[in-house]
Order: sequence, then structure tokens, then C-alpha cells
Amino acid sequence: MNQKSKKLNAIVGEYGAFIALAALVIILSLISAEFRQPSNLLNLLRQASFNGLIAVGMTCVILSDGIDLSVGSTFALSAVVCAELLMAGFPAFAAIIIALIVGTLLGAISGLLVTKGRLQPFIATLITMTAYRGLAMIITDGKPISRLAANISSESGAFLFKLIGKGNIASSFNPDLKIPIPAIILVLVFAIFYFILNRTCFGRRIYATGSNEKCATLVGVNTTRVRIMVYSISGFLAALAGLIMISRVDSAQPTLGDGYELDAIAAVALGGTSMSGGRGKIIGTVAGVLIIAVLNNGLNILEVTSYYQDVIKAIVILVAVLSDSKR
Amino acid sequence: MHIEMKGINKAFTSNQVLKNAGFFLKDGEVHALMGENGAGKSTLMKILTGVYQYDSGTILVDGKEVRYKNPQEAEKAGIVFIYQELNVLFDLTVEENLFMGKEIANKFGVCDRKAMRKKAQEIMDKMGVHIPVGAVMSELSVGQQQMVEICKALMVDAKVLIMDEPTAALTQSETEVLFEVMKSLKAKGVSIVYISHRMEEIFALCDRITILRDGEYIDTRYIKDITMDDVVQMMIGRTIGERFPQRHLTIGGEVLRVENLSHKSLFHGVNFSVHAGEVLGVSGLMGAGRTEIMQAIFGNLPVMEGKIFIDGAEVKIHNTRDAIHAGIGFITEDRKTEGLLLDKSIAQNIELANLDRVSNRGVISNAKRNTLVKQGIEEFRIRCFNADQECGSLSGGNQQKVVIAKWVYKQPKILILDEPTRGVDIGAKKEIYNIINQLAAQGVAIILVSSELPEVLGMSDRIMVVCEGRVTGIVNAAEADQAKIMTLATGGNIA
Repeated sequence: MNQKSKKLNAIVGEYGAFIALAALVIILSLISAEFRQPSNLLNLLRQASFNGLIAVGMTCVILSDGIDLSVGSTFALSAVVCAELLMAGFPAFAAIIIALIVGTLLGAISGLLVTKGRLQPFIATLITMTAYRGLAMIITDGKPISRLAANISSESGAFLFKLIGKGNIASSFNPDLKIPIPAIILVLVFAIFYFILNRTCFGRRIYATGSNEKCATLVGVNTTRVRIMVYSISGFLAALAGLIMISRVDSAQPTLGDGYELDAIAAVALGGTSMSGGRGKIIGTVAGVLIIAVLNNGLNILEVTSYYQDVIKAIVILVAVLSDSKR
Repeated sequence: MHIEMKGINKAFTSNQVLKNAGFFLKDGEVHALMGENGAGKSTLMKILTGVYQYDSGTILVDGKEVRYKNPQEAEKAGIVFIYQELNVLFDLTVEENLFMGKEIANKFGVCDRKAMRKKAQEIMDKMGVHIPVGAVMSELSVGQQQMVEICKALMVDAKVLIMDEPTAALTQSETEVLFEVMKSLKAKGVSIVYISHRMEEIFALCDRITILRDGEYIDTRYIKDITMDDVVQMMIGRTIGERFPQRHLTIGGEVLRVENLSHKSLFHGVNFSVHAGEVLGVSGLMGAGRTEIMQAIFGNLPVMEGKIFIDGAEVKIHNTRDAIHAGIGFITEDRKTEGLLLDKSIAQNIELANLDRVSNRGVISNAKRNTLVKQGIEEFRIRCFNADQECGSLSGGNQQKVVIAKWVYKQPKILILDEPTRGVDIGAKKEIYNIINQLAAQGVAIILVSSELPEVLGMSDRIMVVCEGRVTGIVNAAEADQAKIMTLATGGNIA
């Protein structure tokens, strides 16, 4: 292989997911006027926020050589906990904080099962996935809880609750363009985790744990703590996504987030993160999340029926992952 | 079977690994292939057996030109390569490993276990080794696993056997068994190519020796006609001086004392101490418990009872973090699976062990990190393209220097080195010895665990010998010799 094509290969390897994303956006923009509307693109970011937040947590877990199947159930359980608290008259702020803590603890339980319980991550989170879904059903008796905002007594509380999912910030140069709060939260979370994974000691320990746990332990990394932390992060972010969801639709039901773990794993895989841990970048996950969101949004606008949508998504993921492994 | 390789050239991308290399193997001889790491020994043999394809050159087997497309073709012709990294399936039994891919089946296509067991036993008997054919591989010692690999080679009726560092993980007694097997194979007309760094073994075992340097053929000689110094000189192209460098002794106070350390099954009542500036050699047969004792001191193996004192004060060590905190450094015997993150760079490996040194309040400082890494590469003469090179692509000696660098910067009071020169070539070995001496001169207490007796004798001030989980003696190196150590290591008494 000559020098030039090697270089090209390296660039494709590094930014492959972004190249694919750019290609998708260009193609969809060319064939659909609706797709390329700025308001649609901003809406797309709002749609991406659920999967995006979950995928950030999933990236951390997968980098540490784990997997978290429980995120969809955690999403639902935290959401219905928040909803029940609101219905019971808790202040919105308190309900939100408690739901986030619950999500974090649910993640920590998965982490404990993996570390102290010595279960394989797949099995451990399969167990928590099933258990949390069941708990969400028990709490709600299987029924949806609706009209949440109307049940919040204080005006500021209702405002806060509505803000996280429905809120917008008007852009200064074009008042018609409203930037959704969930998109802002997503960008913030991406930025924070970019910093954590690239610049902090904790980030280094996550990579080291996933790369070679024995070696990491021997130089003094507390891999048990690292693992519990990443599952807790994953739980926290799943809960945050759940809160954004119930704020947006103003109701909560125990079946929320079903299958979200698979979308998140797909986004991480699209981003080039190794499923065996230790290798990967949050920036890849950003691209992966956006590819899935663009596909969902674009195919809906083009009125492709949902059965075909799944097949097309599967093909895109297959092509991306194959080209990644061929390198 | 005789083999002639002439004018072999091979390049990986732009890196010319073999330049006009050659090799001539006679019928029924044991032929040593020597050279520093990266000299091209393994590559040359992988080309012979079809693992790699050569760019130009000729290979003649029994006078006929051949070019094997893959190792299976070479195997069919009777040329078998036993790799340094054992190629066994650890969860399967000996018998299943032996017959992997060549199972004996009855007419219904069902495995005929009886016939396989019988044939496996025949081969074991032929080699004179006693390994239960029904045992699971992971329960066997490394030496026994190696024997199974050789049995596998004999199953295909090998005429040429290529062995890459077969004794690297073997104990003295296992090595002797292996040599007996090799001699009997030779007597049956099998030619053996023997790749090793261990000079003593080559001079005891081989008929001829071929030396490669930087991918080039240097010379082939009869062993009886040359000396070890000649070989070293041909390998590195210059003389190396003393094998074990001298150092000035300045032994200080006691740093580490271990009292009555016991594990439920692996070792019992271990007592010893190490002083500042002292090198304590630890010798013993493989499986004697040397590594386990060190793992326990480092908090990586739970102990039943016993006390550890550092600088006179008792310390409780429950995990590796406690040990590091107490000032202990540990260079493990297995640098590939425990010592390094092989898929990470030199910089990342050094950084990970020294996170608190290269960060401010949990945030990595790139300036501090780069300074430390650069210092490490220069100080320990790690030969690499740059600090971002993956450790997996470094030679064994340079990998070991990365491991040492990452520990030295943690400034341990006690540094345990478990087999630090295994799989390391002569030039790098000497560099590692120099580093050990330097650290000792700075007042670090050194514990050097090694299976190579000359190394223990040449480097240590005192030598502790372990046999079956017990310390059978601690002797002054000046009064010790190989015979004395071996006596202690096998449970005998010395007057």
C-alpha cells in the first residue's frame, strides 16, 4: 500500500462515521426540501437527544468492557417515579432530583452485580433490565400517568418541568429559529464527557479497565470503582433522557424506552467504539447518534413505511461496521 | 529432510525485515537460529512454513523448489512450527487438542474416542512423557502444555520441527525432559530448528548455529568450533563486555521484612527481609510459589496469616493500591497480559501508572505528561518511532523497559521484578541489568525473581530459594553456585 492511500485510509478510519453522516445529510437535503429546513434540523436534534444521552453512558460502559442492556428500563422506571412523585404533590424540582438519583442508583446496582456479584455484564444487565421494567409496571399498575404539568401546584415548578423537554431558546439572529433545550442539554453532556474521557484521570482509568483489567489493577487502578461508576453514569443519563421524554409528552408510562438500549448500542458501534472495550471515542458516538437520528427523520419525511425503515437502518449499520472492521 | 533457503527478501510495508537471508538445515541435526529480537529469526521460519509469503528468493526442500501457501501445506510436507505463544485451546482436554481438526471418526461421522485415546497414549509413550490425555489443558503446567504441542507435531509425522523459545516458560527439570525428547527425535532422523536466547542451552544441545543480524545472514558454524563470546559478537556486531555488570555495594537499613507469610495452599511460613540498595535474588522451580509469594506481598493474592513490615512499621496490604501506597513496585512475569496495555501507546502506559504525577485535581496536564514520557523514553533508552507507538509493536526488551519506566517513576522503596529478562535479547538484557544496578545504587530494595540461574547468581547479593511453597534457604551470592541453588530448589540440604 502506498503512502497516499494509507493516509486516506487513516482519515476514513478516523472520521468514517462523519463522512457517512455528511453523505446522508447531503443526499437527504437534495431530495427533500422539507428535510433541509433549519427548523427540521433543530427538531432532529431534539429527537436525537434521548438516544444521544443514553449513548453517551453506553459509550462509557462499553469502553470499560461492559454493556448496559438496562438503560431502556431505567429510562422508564425513573420516568414513572418522577411522575408518581409529581402526582403525589412533590415539588417538581425535588421530583426531578429524586428521579435522577434513582436512575443513578439503578445503574449502580448493575455495576455491583458485575463487580461484586461477578456476573457477566450482559447477564447482569439483562437481569436488571427485566427487573426494572417489572418495577415500573408495578408502580403504575401498568397504566399511563398523564397530565403531569397540570398537577404541579407551583408555577415555577410547572415551568421547570415543561422547560426540560419542551423548552426552547430563541436564537438572537433569527427569532423564528428556536433551539430546543434537550438539544442544548445533549451538547452540554457531550462536551462534558468529551472532557472526562480525554482529559481526566477518571477517563484514563475507564480506557485502562476496558483495555486490560489485570494490568490496570496492578498499577493501582480501582477497577471495581471504575465499573460501578460507569454503570451509574449510564443510569443517570438514562434517567435524564426519561425526564426529557415525560416533560415533552406530558405523560409517563411503564412501557417507555422499550428497545432504546439497542439504538444506543448501535450508535456506539457506528461510532467505531470496540465492543471489547478500551478503544473508541465519544466523538464517534456523536456521529453515530446523528446518523440514526437523520435516518429516522429523513425516512419519516420521505414517508417510507416503518417496516422498510428498520431494514434500511440495519443496512446502514451493517455497512458502517463492516467498513470499520475491514480497515 | 534437508532444507535450503537462499536470498530471501521480505518487507512489511516499507520495512525491509529480511535482506538476502539464508539458512541451510541438514538431515537429523539440531540447528540453533540466533539473533537479537527483530533480527528476523521468527520471520524467516514463518516464511519457510508459509505463514508469510516472501518477496524474492528460493526455498529448496530435499532439493525441490517449494513455496507453501499456508502452514497447513508445510505441515503436510512434514514441517511443523511450534510457536512461542502456545497454540492450545485451554478449555479442552489434551486429547481434544491433539486431534483438533484431524479427529478420528467412525463410519457414521461420530468421533471414535477410544481410537483417539489409544493413539494419543501411543504418542505420549513414544515421547516418554506422562500427561493424562483426559486432563483439561488449563490444569496442566506450561511445561506440560508445551509437551502437548510437541505431541501434536509428532501426530502429523513431522520431519522438521521448528521451536521458537520453547524453554522460556519451563522449569529446569521440564527443560531437561524437553531436551531428552529432542535428542530422541533427532536420533529418529527429525531435524530441529531451535530458536532461543539462552546460550547455555544452545551450547549443550545444538550441532550447528546460524546467526542473523538486522535481517541479514551473518554466518553458520559448528557449535564445537566457536565460543559464546563469538556468538554474541556476531549477533550484535560488537563486543558487549561483562554479561553481568558490576556495581558498588552500599547496602543500607532494612526496608522490607516479611514474617510468617502463609497462603491456604500455595506457600507457608515465609520469612525474609530486604535492605536498601540490596538485590535479593529469588530462585526456585516453576510452581514452587515464588511468583505467588510476590503477588501476595503486592496485595494481589489473599494471605491467611503473616505480617509485612516496611521501614520497621507493620503495614496492612489488602489490595494492590495499598501495596503501591506503601512503596512497593511490581513488575510482573507476564508483561503481555499483566504488565502492559499492549494496544495502547508508550505514553499511555507510562501515564496510567503515574496519573497523580501528570494531573492537577484529576485533570491531565499535557505538559507534565509529555515531559515525563519523554524523560522515560530517553532515560531508559526505549527504542521507538515516537511516544505514541503502540507497545504491542515494540520488541520484548523495549516493552520491558516501558514497564520498568512506569514503575520507577512511582518511586518505589521496594521494587519486585519477576522474570524481568524473559524473552529479552542480550543487548537489552544488559541494559535492564544496568537499570537494576542503578536503582539499587539509589537505595531501592530490589527483589529479583528469575528462573535463569546464571542471572540470579550474577545479579544478586543474597539468594532466597523456594521449594514447594517454603523458603529452603537464603544464601550469600558470593558463597553460592548453581549446584547449591539447585539442591535447595529441589528440597535438598546443603551443609
